[in-house]
Amino acid sequence: AAALKAAASPYRVDEALTPEEDVTSYNNFYEFGTGKADPAARSGAFKPTPWTVKIDGLVAKPGEFGIEELLGFPLEERVYRMRCVEAWSMVIPWLGFPLATLLDKVEPLGSAKYVAFETVVRPEEMPGQSGLFQPLPWPYREGLRLDEARHPLTILAVGLYGKTLANQNGAPVRLVVPWKYGFKGIKSIVRISLTETVPPCTWNLAAPSEYGFYANVNPAVDHPRWSQATENRIGEGGFFGSNRRDTLPFNGYADEVASLYAGMDLAANF
Amino acid sequence: MAVLPTLPKRLHGPSVWALYAVGFMPAALAFYLGATGQLPGNAVKEFEHLLGLWALRFLVATLAITPIRDLFGLNWLRYRRALGLLAFYYVLMHFLSYMLLDQMLRFPAIVADIARRPFITIGMTALVLLIPLALTSNNWSIRKLGQRWNKLHRLVYLIAAAGALHFAMSVKIVGPEQMLYIALVALLLAWRPIRMPYLRWRRQRSGIARPHHPTTEKAAG
Repeated sequence: AAALKAAASPYRVDEALTPEEDVTSYNNFYEFGTGKADPAARSGAFKPTPWTVKIDGLVAKPGEFGIEELLGFPLEERVYRMRCVEAWSMVIPWLGFPLATLLDKVEPLGSAKYVAFETVVRPEEMPGQSGLFQPLPWPYREGLRLDEARHPLTILAVGLYGKTLANQNGAPVRLVVPWKYGFKGIKSIVRISLTETVPPCTWNLAAPSEYGFYANVNPAVDHPRWSQATENRIGEGGFFGSNRRDTLPFNGYADEVASLYAGMDLAANF
Repeated sequence: MAVLPTLPKRLHGPSVWALYAVGFMPAALAFYLGATGQLPGNAVKEFEHLLGLWALRFLVATLAITPIRDLFGLNWLRYRRALGLLAFYYVLMHFLSYMLLDQMLRFPAIVADIARRPFITIGMTALVLLIPLALTSNNWSIRKLGQRWNKLHRLVYLIAAAGALHFAMSVKIVGPEQMLYIALVALLLAWRPIRMPYLRWRRQRSGIARPHHPTTEKAAG
């Protein structure tokens, strides 16, 4: 990971940062294995450069963006809460730029309603994508409504803790949508497509009753197998201390994003 | 048939105590690492999962004693009680770590979990069913209960199946590790209806009368 400069941003949660050690060693990135330590341990062979992100679909100016180009966007440091659907959370200083900045460059057409994302497929560099047991169908896919994608809180992150992203965190470029569960934050993105219909999303397809398309953090709507009312803050409290805290609606970003879902039944559209 | 050197009789007792000592080591080591901040990431979950996994391992080991004797002629019956009790203690520690360290005694959440989440209901059922087995894992109970003891302890089949299911249902994606335990438990349970016909067939084939001690034969674990 190389040093990366970014401007300060007003989007800065006033909570203790999760230690970098934890942010880079406790990860869900099934392309490298299903264990929390697998991504850090098994991503050594992954090459995040050279890299291009292809943008196509319902846009006036489709094209490809090299990672150097993306690193050249005005970067900001955003300190966001990250709430995993597994009921744990972190506070992470991301470096990145609003996804809207990139979308503006490709000029979405009026018919575009959704944004679809795809992760790279490289079985030779990603051990979870090869072998007998493969936990999910590849490529990993995710999607947002266009207004969610354009929301100022939604960023493409290219770094954290002042450095370019480590492989296990989704190098070289990933999505961060702080009011949604972590699995929406698709990693190592190679393709972004603007579409008219709801894009297929990996976890939603794998278990539709457990992972919705919206996946907004919501303490009132439980995962079928565990409560979402509270969360464990990683790297805090230790073994005996109370590091379990209440989960906030929209992960604490309700003031900014609740209006996106005005009139929607959030229990049905979980 | 046994090719391993047999353990001198005077070491039988100590070897059982050694099994207890070794058996508690994974929990003790993990507790030490957790308490001193050396378990990375989500220390409480790591500890909780480790205890659950070892509980399942001891259940599998308990169920393996009979087939190992049937198939390989190794009589490790003297270790079965210790293995079964270790399984019980690990299930208990697994539940306590969930209740105390993970949920911090948030009883409404715990009750809701047990009532509403099938995998937790199943796990809790296994724990409750293990209690009578643990309480009767002593010579006095065996004498007192006679044949009923054997019947009661057949609950372990249900408990092991529940344990493997609980493990598989707790994860987002059922992977090789969960499949391994489901397969092991399935094989060990499948052996039970097969074993008597198998032993009869082997006796007839070799023409040797009853290779095993008749009383242990009955106490099929």
